[in-house]
Amino acid sequence: MELGDIRGRSPWEDAWHRLLKNRAAVFSAFIMAAMILVVIIGPWLISWEADFTDWDNTSTGPSLSTGHWFGTDAVGRDILVRTLEGGRISLLVGFVATLVSLVIGVTYGSIAGFYGGITDRVMMRIVDIIYALPFMFFVILLMVVFGRNIILIFVAIGAVNWLDMARIVRGQTLSLKNTEFVEAAQACGVGRLDIIRRHIVPNLLGVVMVYVTLTIPQVILVESFLSFLGLGVQEPMSSWGALVNDGAQDMESAPWTLIFPAVFLTVTLYCFNYIGDGLRDALDPKDR
Amino acid sequence: MKSATGTEAVLRVQDLAVHFQVHKGGLMSNKISVLKAVDGISFDLAAGETLGVVGESGCGKSTLARAILGLIRPQRGRVLWLGENLTGLDDEALRKKRKELQIVFQDPLASLNPRMTVGDIIAEPLKTFYPKFAKVQVEERVRGMMKMVGLLPNQINRYPHEFSGGQCQRIGIARALVLNPRLIICDEPVSALDVSIQAQIVNLLKDLQKKLRLSLIFIAHDLSVVKHISDRVMVMYLGKAMEIARQGALYRKPLHPYTSALVKAVPVPDPEIARQQPDTGLTGDMPSPFEPPQGCVFHTRCPFVVKRCKVEVPPLRRMENDDWVACHCAEELDLTIRRVAVRKRNQDE
Amino acid sequence: MNLLDVKNLTVSFDTPDGQVHAVSGIDFTLEEGDALAIVGESGSGKTQTVMALMGLLAENGTASGNAWFRGEDLMAMDAQELNRHRGTDIAMIFQDPMTSLNPYLNIEKQMTEVLMHHQDLSHREATEHAIEMLRAVRIPDPEQRIRQYPHEFSGGMRQRVMVAMGLLCEPDILIADEPTTALDVTVQAQISQLMAELRRQSRTAIVLITHDLGVVAGLCDRVLVMYAGEVVEYGTVEQIYYSPQHPYTQGLLDSVPRLDDVEDQSLHAIPGNPPNLLSLPKGCSFRSRCSKAFDACREKPALTELEGGQLARCHLVNRS
Repeated sequence: MELGDIRGRSPWEDAWHRLLKNRAAVFSAFIMAAMILVVIIGPWLISWEADFTDWDNTSTGPSLSTGHWFGTDAVGRDILVRTLEGGRISLLVGFVATLVSLVIGVTYGSIAGFYGGITDRVMMRIVDIIYALPFMFFVILLMVVFGRNIILIFVAIGAVNWLDMARIVRGQTLSLKNTEFVEAAQACGVGRLDIIRRHIVPNLLGVVMVYVTLTIPQVILVESFLSFLGLGVQEPMSSWGALVNDGAQDMESAPWTLIFPAVFLTVTLYCFNYIGDGLRDALDPKDR
Repeated sequence: MKSATGTEAVLRVQDLAVHFQVHKGGLMSNKISVLKAVDGISFDLAAGETLGVVGESGCGKSTLARAILGLIRPQRGRVLWLGENLTGLDDEALRKKRKELQIVFQDPLASLNPRMTVGDIIAEPLKTFYPKFAKVQVEERVRGMMKMVGLLPNQINRYPHEFSGGQCQRIGIARALVLNPRLIICDEPVSALDVSIQAQIVNLLKDLQKKLRLSLIFIAHDLSVVKHISDRVMVMYLGKAMEIARQGALYRKPLHPYTSALVKAVPVPDPEIARQQPDTGLTGDMPSPFEPPQGCVFHTRCPFVVKRCKVEVPPLRRMENDDWVACHCAEELDLTIRRVAVRKRNQDE
Repeated sequence: MNLLDVKNLTVSFDTPDGQVHAVSGIDFTLEEGDALAIVGESGSGKTQTVMALMGLLAENGTASGNAWFRGEDLMAMDAQELNRHRGTDIAMIFQDPMTSLNPYLNIEKQMTEVLMHHQDLSHREATEHAIEMLRAVRIPDPEQRIRQYPHEFSGGMRQRVMVAMGLLCEPDILIADEPTTALDVTVQAQISQLMAELRRQSRTAIVLITHDLGVVAGLCDRVLVMYAGEVVEYGTVEQIYYSPQHPYTQGLLDSVPRLDDVEDQSLHAIPGNPPNLLSLPKGCSFRSRCSKAFDACREKPALTELEGGQLARCHLVNRS
């Protein structure tokens, strides 16, 4: 009689259970999920349009009676809806730019690390060269050549962020390459790309995931910084960074225009950091 | 060189040498030293035969294993597998040969990918060489392999960290066997295991070898483990073979002083004998492999060293009964191991 | 008074899968110049026993019981008091010398630091003493080699340095956790010999922890066999090797590969795997791997005293 198959518990599951025990990380994840949901659905539920100018209520503070819960700015636009729509852009930039850097960085880094030799040296020198370009100069150059465009922001941030990812992944690959299980795969005749796909990448995903959760807030910050300098998204579109910039100018007369977007931005950054910390603890093999 | 069993050899290793170039020195200097990890090793292996390879760490035994499999390219020499020279093949052709030659690693847990299930690990070689096999077929074969190495087939979906060291080594053996190879090289397969579990793995390999008529190369740093599985034993020191002899002869009357030291170094689990166990006779440490001694590589530690040993490299010579030794004084030395009578254990059976 | 008197020592760990009892109530004593071996497979609790004595348990571990060292209870001491004894009265050497030596400091720094800290020696005195110690463990040219860094020593030499460091402050007890497992056989023989010699000369008591009964016979006087956190057998080396009472001890002895068997018999293994402390069988914990198990083994056997002070935890000893 055959016994039923025993279900195994993968290292991912173990890490997941450990993560669930981390209260700060779980709480942050909930807030993050709520934030994403509100940012996506919110603008549809609110009667105000982001670019609607309410001439009866310019620079009014938060109040329920006017219908502007977060107040309005100098030209009478609703801060709540603008914060939510700005959040869409900020989060989108964060996720898309990180995803781009993740895909390019992991592929590039693992190939450079695994093939080694000349391939590695040439590939990493290219990284060094791009790295040496001053980032602001690079962004301004792009803006001048192509004009201001939201796609450009993705490109600019992604183009810089994958470099770090590639370096981290290469370092991990170098140490994984010398493990016995990779040697065992070679001895079994497994091809190089299959080794990278099946043996290298799954084993460096832990480190990569932690890095990703720390990259997303970093990207959001960079976008905010660009917007703050006036190099980011263009009106009427906005992002948290652009809103903070606008708000900072009216800080004394209408502080709510600064406070609300700033709170949303800060909470998001905190959440990502806590999730990243939680992931690092959960994936750390030292525990076992 | 005929193999011990008298049948035709499946594997012939001829004058195999692997040298590593190692960059030494700091930022400014660019000295390159050559490490002769394996330096002119020759032996034959017959179908169904087991060759034990023994030597201390740094003697090149693991490098030898990898060079035979083509995982490291040798500088010199030939590896003839069924008459075909493997060192002359390109990467792709060599990859195809992996079906016939397999390896089991030292660290049982480290040689298994922690993110793959046992089933996927054992199936990987199959999927690599027979991508067209149906899923059911592969799974059936994997379950069969698991049963054969003494694992419960219903553990197919578990992960390596859920197994003990001995079980992990069984998984490693199953992976090596799944393609029906004809030669398996075991690179210190039991060194990382508890003594009580070592015997399980040695016995398993022995049974499998008989059943499947495998040729085995069993590497260890300790003569005692090798004794129970080998037909012949090769003793290595600093990249060279010191002695290749039939198992029984080697333990009773070693031809090389180094072999005799290794035999004497094995601890005896008997207090009376252990307390009067003779000294190994070895002096000092193994010299740096970057600067091996002139003449006989062993002369710096040999208790029987004569002038000739310091200048002339002793060739590996054929003695009686097809035993081979690399020592100038092999004829003069009598290294017979004298045993004290063993006190029987009184057990109430 | 005994040098060390351990009573009812218990160690447990909090893990995500529940509480694990690594050591459940073991007793042993040690006298001056004694050599005791603690033998068992991985997971038997042999290392955690001494880690608890040294106050070196991992963060999630707790220990209880008593361990009187010259009348003072080590288990009741705080970290500072314990530190006074560690290194000076009780020293420990580990399996892997590379991980317990600081790679960025030369041997001289690492050795003299202990001496200057614990014994108030001047730097010159300390260096002289360190060189003497290195000579005692037979490291050639100790005056030169003391200035070298750990990576410049071979594995065997490194383990000798560890032994020398362990003996620097002339401890009363030297605890050696698998000191030769990572070493080659010839080096293993040298280190074993060295420890036996040092013991004769300095009357240091030795606690040797190992999974291999082969290395114990020539070095120790008494043996404590552990399984799943409990003592299953205890006796002199003669008792343990010539008339082992517990089937586990017999299995451990049979599994040691011997060169001196004349007939070529196959190796005897203990079937099954080392105990998983999270799912031990009820009754005798060795039952599932024991070839002699019978009905009574469903009950947990007690540690029974036999002739000559030998102890065994097995129902078979009551049967005959």
